Amino acid sequence: MNRRSFIQTGAAAAGGLVIGFYLPERAKAAAAESTDPKLNAYVRIGTDDTVTLTIHRAELGQGSMTAVPMMLAEELECDWTKIRTEFARVDPKNYGVFGSPVLQGVFGSLTVRSSYDSLRQAGATAREMLIAAAAQKWGVDKSQCRAEKNSVVNAATSARLTYGSLAEDAVKMPAPAKPALKTYQSFKVIGTSPKRLDTKLKITGKADYGIDIRVPGMQYAVLERCPVFGGKVASFDASKAKAVPGVKQVVEISNGVAVIADNTWSAMEGRRALKVQWNEGALANTSSATIRANFAGLLTKPGAVAVNNGNAEASLSGAAKKIDALYEAPYLSHAPMEPHSCVVDVRKDSCEIWAGTQIPSAARDAAEMITGLPKEKIDVHTFFLGGSFGRPGQHVDEAIEISKAAGVPVKLTWSREDDLQHDIYRPASLTQFHAGLDAGGWPVAWHARVASPSFSGLDKGVDRNGVDGIASVLYEIPNFRVEYHPPEVGIPVGYWRSVGCSQNTFFAECFIDEMAAAGGKDPVELRRRLLTKSPRALGVLNLAADKAGWGKPLPSGRFRGVAIVNNLGGFNAQVVEVSVDNKGKYRVHHVVCAVDCGQVINPAGVRQQIEGGIVFGLSALKGGITLDKGRVQQGNFHQYEMVRIDEMPVIEVHLVESHETPAGIGEASTPAIGPAVANAIFAATGKRLRTLPIKPEQLV
Amino acid sequence: MPAIQFTLNGKSQKVDVAAQMPLLWVLRDEIGMTGTKFGCGAGLCGACTVHVNGAAVRSCSMPVSGVAGKSVTTIEGLSADGNHPVQQAWLEGDVPQCGYCQSGQIMQAAALLAKNKRPTDSDIDEVMKGNICRCGTYQDIRHAIHRAADIAGGAR
Repeated sequence: MNRRSFIQTGAAAAGGLVIGFYLPERAKAAAAESTDPKLNAYVRIGTDDTVTLTIHRAELGQGSMTAVPMMLAEELECDWTKIRTEFARVDPKNYGVFGSPVLQGVFGSLTVRSSYDSLRQAGATAREMLIAAAAQKWGVDKSQCRAEKNSVVNAATSARLTYGSLAEDAVKMPAPAKPALKTYQSFKVIGTSPKRLDTKLKITGKADYGIDIRVPGMQYAVLERCPVFGGKVASFDASKAKAVPGVKQVVEISNGVAVIADNTWSAMEGRRALKVQWNEGALANTSSATIRANFAGLLTKPGAVAVNNGNAEASLSGAAKKIDALYEAPYLSHAPMEPHSCVVDVRKDSCEIWAGTQIPSAARDAAEMITGLPKEKIDVHTFFLGGSFGRPGQHVDEAIEISKAAGVPVKLTWSREDDLQHDIYRPASLTQFHAGLDAGGWPVAWHARVASPSFSGLDKGVDRNGVDGIASVLYEIPNFRVEYHPPEVGIPVGYWRSVGCSQNTFFAECFIDEMAAAGGKDPVELRRRLLTKSPRALGVLNLAADKAGWGKPLPSGRFRGVAIVNNLGGFNAQVVEVSVDNKGKYRVHHVVCAVDCGQVINPAGVRQQIEGGIVFGLSALKGGITLDKGRVQQGNFHQYEMVRIDEMPVIEVHLVESHETPAGIGEASTPAIGPAVANAIFAATGKRLRTLPIKPEQLV
Repeated sequence: MPAIQFTLNGKSQKVDVAAQMPLLWVLRDEIGMTGTKFGCGAGLCGACTVHVNGAAVRSCSMPVSGVAGKSVTTIEGLSADGNHPVQQAWLEGDVPQCGYCQSGQIMQAAALLAKNKRPTDSDIDEVMKGNICRCGTYQDIRHAIHRAADIAGGAR
């Protein structure tokens, strides 16, 4: 048995008390349901004075496991060294995003910004109840008591009672209706950088990811899927697979054939010996070229209107200067370092799932649908994720089917090839831009037509995620029109770190640079002129330009580029320094990123996320997913390359001091790095990069 | 098949598996030591890095027969309580984000420092470029390796 598979029951049995809180959104929902409300945040105070906080969001590297307790601890006046954490089980009624009773998970960089008020309120409620218990014990008024460092202090006598000694009485105190929240001037935890709570586990090999879980009687599965998207099994011959030592069973499920063995390697060997005939289906002749032709065909016709201010067409026809540009970006895979893996045990009357997944509630919903068991018989244990970046938990659905078919607990593990070839991808996009400048070289018209597959629903023909980053630019251009086409391709597409901005900010920020060059304007000057009504955007632009020394001389062979993005409620601007050699190889030397993400919870955590998001965006310049005969052509990291340490630039992060509502940070910096690099390459070579990935032949 | 014997984290270990099974899966599935991670299965990402007789090796591409009679160290055995200079430096710098690649990064860095007490940035690039970190912690890794050299007392 894995040592921490059942951490929660173990820890709960340690003699502590559970204090629960009604958070505002739940209290409302509970009143509507008029049933016993459950609790959506937990603070457990142990007799040993430890404070255990339940983390209601998955930890996939973004630092939730530290930032979430910080928000609670700020109001609860905790001693940071006494804080322990544990992951919540699936219970969207209590842990749902924005109070949704059905959806529990991590997406949209929402963990901090959706929980900031409610977690502080939970902490403040606990603090008030502990103070009330102490005041009663001492027979003094509450106003004479204050909380600090896991204790309540009697202001008159300086006597102290620890939280551990007060916990039992505190639960009997009435919860205050409206506990007072601290003002930012008195923050002691928020805005500081305490040590991450998960580092020790992660440097000793003790952090458990979905792939590390072992349960009694478990067998190991791998799954052969149709290489063509949407294809199905026609027939299969398992005789050779079953002859591989260690192979136990071969079972067919809805999307392939699973080989189950004593260990992962035997299962992989069995899969190699398996013979499957496929009905390849409708995509058997699809290739990157046919997909591009489809997109290009759509661009010849007007699309659904996403934004229309002024009259872009009339303004363009009367413009002193016109600029046209066609931009394109490929499909991209998430490629987190942990390939999909989870353990599922489907029994006659219950089902248990051990998985790292961004959306644990979806795992339970899938189990309900596949097994027919009621929700209360399905238990989902969540673990660390070895990255994720928006990737959904398809592996859980597959493992449920495999365990059900095989009748044993199974661990399903995807290979890296499975991961790159059966992902749900960032969609490709082809986007046509037209711009008009007046006689002074200033922009008067912006017209964009996007062709990119939709994945999050159409509203009047527009998928907001398909145009985000183009329709959402803050530039004051009087005639502004954005149109959208959702091509039907059949390649599975979905969320990917920074979503629509991941490609659209590249397009928009390169195109605005083209406008600056065509009008003879400095790229920063032009942006400043167009952002006068957006002070926070202007603020990060000026800060980045200042810190990077924009306009000052550079060493020979170095060139600067700039880009800006507003996403997830925040703003960041990046200035990069690049060089390009005579073989067309570029190198990013230095990145200055200025960030306004509202109230910073954990500056060190923000810096890490900004740096990581920049590296993620740099990797997106290097490769793409391409198709031939309906098959993904990339198999492993030699064909889908990542930035490695020898290409790592020096990154400087500058945070704007702000007490606005916290913005999302996990995806914030990914969009602007690509265009900043491409704009610097233009400065270096005079060549516009309008097609991703960047290839050396484009630069010589 | 004859049992294969090797030293694992200082203790004698015998396994009864196919000779060509990669060391990675022997460690993870047969022995139940899951600190060593599967990332690519092809020696391209470094997540599975362990030490064999002190040298950094990709365990996903090393048949278990190749370590017969040798000494294997995994992240679990790098130090008694997580206090190897590299681990201390990683803890000080809060290097990991998702953390999945970090066992491999730490084992690779420890092998580097065992040979080169005071690596330069380009020494670090040369040795560490085989280890992918998708969270992009490279800047922190670089700082932590220099810091680990300080902790270990390497001559400047």
